[in-house]
Amino acid sequence: MNLNSRKALDRSLTGVGALAIGLMSLSLVILLGPFFIRGSQAFVFRATVEHRRLMFTEFARGGQDSLNKELAAVKQARAPVFAAMTRFEEELPSLPLERRGALRKEYREVQRLVRSLFGPLPGDDPPVLLREVYGQTRWDRALVKLDELLHVQRWDYSRIGQMGRQVRDRRQNTFAGTALEPLFPVLEGHLGEMLRPRLTFYWQFLIDESRDAHFFGGIGPEILGTFYLAFGAMLLAIPFGVIAAVYLSEFAGSGRLVSLLRVFVSTLAGVPSIVFGLFGLAFFINTLHLSRSKSVLAGAATLALLILPTIIRAAEEAIKAVPQTYREAALSLGASPLRMVLTVLLPAALPGILTGIIISIGRAAGETAPIIFTAAVSVGQPLKLIETLSQPTPALSWNIYNLATEHEAVGEIRHVQFGMVLTLVLLVLALNLAAILLRARLARRNRG
Amino acid sequence: MNDSPVMTRISETVVPATAAEPERAHVACRDFSIFYGQNEAVKGVTLEFSPLGVTAIIGPSGCGKSTFLRSINRMNDLIPGCHTRGTLTFDGKDVCGPRIDVVTLRRRVGMVFQKPNPFPKSIFANIAYGVRLEGGKNRDELAEIVRLSLTRAGLWDEVKDRLGDNALSLSGGQQQRLCLARALAVDPEVLLMDEPTSALDPRASAHIEDLISELRGQYTILIVTHNMQQAARVSDFTAFLYEGNLIEFGPTAPLFTTPREKRTQDYITGRFG
Repeated sequence: MNLNSRKALDRSLTGVGALAIGLMSLSLVILLGPFFIRGSQAFVFRATVEHRRLMFTEFARGGQDSLNKELAAVKQARAPVFAAMTRFEEELPSLPLERRGALRKEYREVQRLVRSLFGPLPGDDPPVLLREVYGQTRWDRALVKLDELLHVQRWDYSRIGQMGRQVRDRRQNTFAGTALEPLFPVLEGHLGEMLRPRLTFYWQFLIDESRDAHFFGGIGPEILGTFYLAFGAMLLAIPFGVIAAVYLSEFAGSGRLVSLLRVFVSTLAGVPSIVFGLFGLAFFINTLHLSRSKSVLAGAATLALLILPTIIRAAEEAIKAVPQTYREAALSLGASPLRMVLTVLLPAALPGILTGIIISIGRAAGETAPIIFTAAVSVGQPLKLIETLSQPTPALSWNIYNLATEHEAVGEIRHVQFGMVLTLVLLVLALNLAAILLRARLARRNRG
Repeated sequence: MNDSPVMTRISETVVPATAAEPERAHVACRDFSIFYGQNEAVKGVTLEFSPLGVTAIIGPSGCGKSTFLRSINRMNDLIPGCHTRGTLTFDGKDVCGPRIDVVTLRRRVGMVFQKPNPFPKSIFANIAYGVRLEGGKNRDELAEIVRLSLTRAGLWDEVKDRLGDNALSLSGGQQQRLCLARALAVDPEVLLMDEPTSALDPRASAHIEDLISELRGQYTILIVTHNMQQAARVSDFTAFLYEGNLIEFGPTAPLFTTPREKRTQDYITGRFG
């Protein structure tokens, strides 16, 4: 091969490398971009007066006076809407019979949407669900509701031989000539005065409990539950894992039984997480009776099993990588094998062991399947430390899944779900970052 | 300074063995063989080391000299499949027997390795390591032992202002002297040195050789080297090993000038090895 072709080959290799890095960064941006943009909407959004009312009554935040002033102003702004509705209700019996049935049905829809915007109508019975007590707390959701109110969607099948088309009509047309007609332009023109949106940084999203199954409030108990589960799993897995790794690398030798043991450990790392979840239920709860039902303890124990192989393998590799000369030096000075492990081997292997822990902690915080049956509930209080022994907890990973699959009004609270996703991603990122910095410091110390 | 307990202990070792303690630090072997699995690396060596003298073990690469040295403090335990036959005694006790306390043995038989191997800890922690294992020393005593050990290894003046620095930040020669100080800190009776200068430049090597000369008469020193000038310079006795067999053993000067064996002569004149 001549010099020029060798240079060309070198350059193309560099090019391919740069391309790969570029693709990776791009996919990272594409992946993380929406996380950040949509997730941040849980924290920063235009909050309406209903949000401030909610904060005051449910979480005792904000000033009474300013809120009352605001509520008075809002009441005045909303008055024409309610007035139009009252007039329409009075007018309805006098309308022609053939229109009356259709109008009554349409009016119920209008009532529903106005309630969802402003809360209960004057004269309504006190609502049962909290979500019906308050109107729209978020301006973006309010605009969606307004659009629903202003427009009717229907399917047009009038053209024979073609597929049906969805068409949007103005709802106002349905009520043309009635007393309700002015309601629509008033709402369209003055919704801002009726809800008074204001850009708000709702950082308490991170600490608040949720109200009405995540309809309002924050994700405090979920974050705390995730912390409990991840750190509980670490607390259980690290001692066992490191001791097992020390045994495997230093004392077990290389017999057939030990090789088999290593194979088992590797196999354990490949077992699907849902199997761990079912095992945790069957073993920790049904057999050992760690707790009467789901509990943080049972969940942490299950997660610990899940991450144990990762920790064992990483720690074993790290311990094996400690130079043999360190062992010789310690032993030659009269250290017993145990002292040698504790004073020389483990400190020198710590950066590598931390690598395994970094990988595991992110996994323990993010895994869903192992905690479905062992620890997670969809709503709950923040637990005290002692309660983790017996009580289940909500957790970010499981609640993201739960909101996506089982919540009856998930369309209304997408922002909560995205907020959870962002929080979980940032949480794992922060944990990893902390561990990476710690590892770098330790590694620097080991290098001298 | 003279009434510190450390000084008393060290000065005891300075005084040559008295008649009351003739067996002190006595290393001897009879018909001693070492095997790696089936392979016999050291073959039936019978030898008695002079207490408080410096004995050099020379021979070509792979002749078993390091293996032999490492069996004296049972370092070969780390190598799977390594076993011995015959007797090797230290202070009258069978080193390879089941009744010996290996930890105590290693405390009495210090070792300096081929490549400097300080721990990734501070200079102070390195020296104090062995002493701390034993325990029972307060902070001041520990500091005194560290100072004394570093002084004897000729390193004190270079590191006294940075005892807290990582030992790995020292140069190779300094690291090896640190390892020597670390071995001296536990006050051993025998000092094993496994090619202690082979990883060092000539100046650092000369420094180590000077130290060996200074330590002569205080410890029983066994040094493995493939540098024959070094053996001639530092040792009182020399053992020549070839392919696992002890070819010749005797006082250094006659062995180098008038060797009895032809193979010894061939080796020291550079005809092989």
